Amino acid sequence: MAEPARAKPKPTPETQHFWDGTQAGELRLQRCDACANVYFPPRPFCPCCASRKVSVFKASGKGTLYSYVINHRPAAPGFTPPYAIAVVELDEGPRMMSNIIDCPQTPEALELDMKLEVAFEKLDDKITLPLFRPAKG
Amino acid sequence: MRRNAVAVVGAAETTELGVIPNMSQIQLHADAALNAIADAGLKLSDIDGIATAVETPQQIAHYLGITPTWVDGTSVGGCSFMLHVRHAAAAIEAGLCKTVLITHAESGKSMIGKQPRSTPADSLNGQFEAPFGVYGPPSMFPIPVLRYMKTYGITHEQIAMVAVVQREWAAKNPRATMKAPITVEDVLNSRMIAYPFRILQCCLVTDGGGALILTSADRAKDFRNKPVYILGTGESVETPMVSQMETFNSSRAFKVAGPTAFKEAGIAHKDVDHLMIYDAFAHLPLYGLGDLGFMPHEETGKFIADGNTRPGGKLPLNTNGGGLSYMHSGMYGMYALQESVRQMRGIAPAQVKDATISVCHGVGGMFAASGTIIFTNEK
Repeated sequence: MAEPARAKPKPTPETQHFWDGTQAGELRLQRCDACANVYFPPRPFCPCCASRKVSVFKASGKGTLYSYVINHRPAAPGFTPPYAIAVVELDEGPRMMSNIIDCPQTPEALELDMKLEVAFEKLDDKITLPLFRPAKG
Repeated sequence: MRRNAVAVVGAAETTELGVIPNMSQIQLHADAALNAIADAGLKLSDIDGIATAVETPQQIAHYLGITPTWVDGTSVGGCSFMLHVRHAAAAIEAGLCKTVLITHAESGKSMIGKQPRSTPADSLNGQFEAPFGVYGPPSMFPIPVLRYMKTYGITHEQIAMVAVVQREWAAKNPRATMKAPITVEDVLNSRMIAYPFRILQCCLVTDGGGALILTSADRAKDFRNKPVYILGTGESVETPMVSQMETFNSSRAFKVAGPTAFKEAGIAHKDVDHLMIYDAFAHLPLYGLGDLGFMPHEETGKFIADGNTRPGGKLPLNTNGGGLSYMHSGMYGMYALQESVRQMRGIAPAQVKDATISVCHGVGGMFAASGTIIFTNEK
């Protein structure tokens, strides 16, 4: 029997551009053309001023560690505990949930406000997840 | 809403709490409802308004044989029942119904007649949280706490004291699930669940239920129990995604619901004799004390660690033992309300002497929703 796989996102018409972006190696955010608000998760209008004139742009992929837990039990399918579930504050402002790779999953190694950069993990031909690793240099 | 215009005249929990393998979820609702109706000295046919969460109002109305003229199925997580109380009070005031039954029950432990919770893969949570390994509340609810601790200088030992103090309250309560005393060391050495939280900082998982009956204050004086009046109410929601909270340093839903209720009640924090803050996890009382305006967030950890909320302290908090030690069937808000009502009636196992104002504050989801009810026994 195959190992249980991690939960896989299923894009909607409003989020497809985000998942197309991760497949292309880009972290895409949206900015309001009217009030310049940058926001996440994706939607075709600005949650700040309600304008429908919004643009998709490629984010820097840089951010900092806002907060996290190190999950021990119960572990989600496809994960080997202990593993960190992190919230990353992107340099552009929005925050997103992710995992921290290339880093021990310990309180000592995972320091709040540490600099992070995006890394892409391909799940299958349709879905690539945005993960983060400690920024180099 | 007018102060003290509506009162709780019936309140009861299920006959048993804890592990109830001989009852389905819907029967737990009925058990609690029948107990509350008996407590009020009413008949089922007297009920003309019904509110419940997770289970639908039509399910509960049909099972109990009630034909309501007012219905509320607000289902925003564990504080749904605080919102039901608020909505019911408004409905009774508006003349939409006279006598409202609010029920909660959950076969949280035995899982009989209960649908498992699921997250569709094309929902926002399914796309932007589930793929990163969240798996149930213990992996999600504590995510903000490390940020909160860093911002306000709160220590692991201070948060451990939340569990220690609530166990002191539980020891006074024969119906509490966990009664044996614990120390900060016990908490910090207990099994790791999701760092920084260990099992003694996570709520219990049990079976049970509760029900409330509300009517107008004018009618309440004719009932057998001492009426418990609704003095103030508040509610709000923020986001179903914990990662998308405005900040991890407070809860926006708390900051709307709590102060709205205080303003409506026309009371100051020093007037509060008894306080319930829904504690699915040990950090919630700290967020609640800060966001409801009892003190700056920086002082919340020390306030609890210094013993101010323990038996004999100046602000008795979670006097039934809370979700950490009393019981937690999945949607604990109903049990917090039950304890506030007991305290206002003067019949709580750990009764706060001469208490006249009780604040009951609930959370739904992972800081997704909030409801606050302020009760008094003085009209």
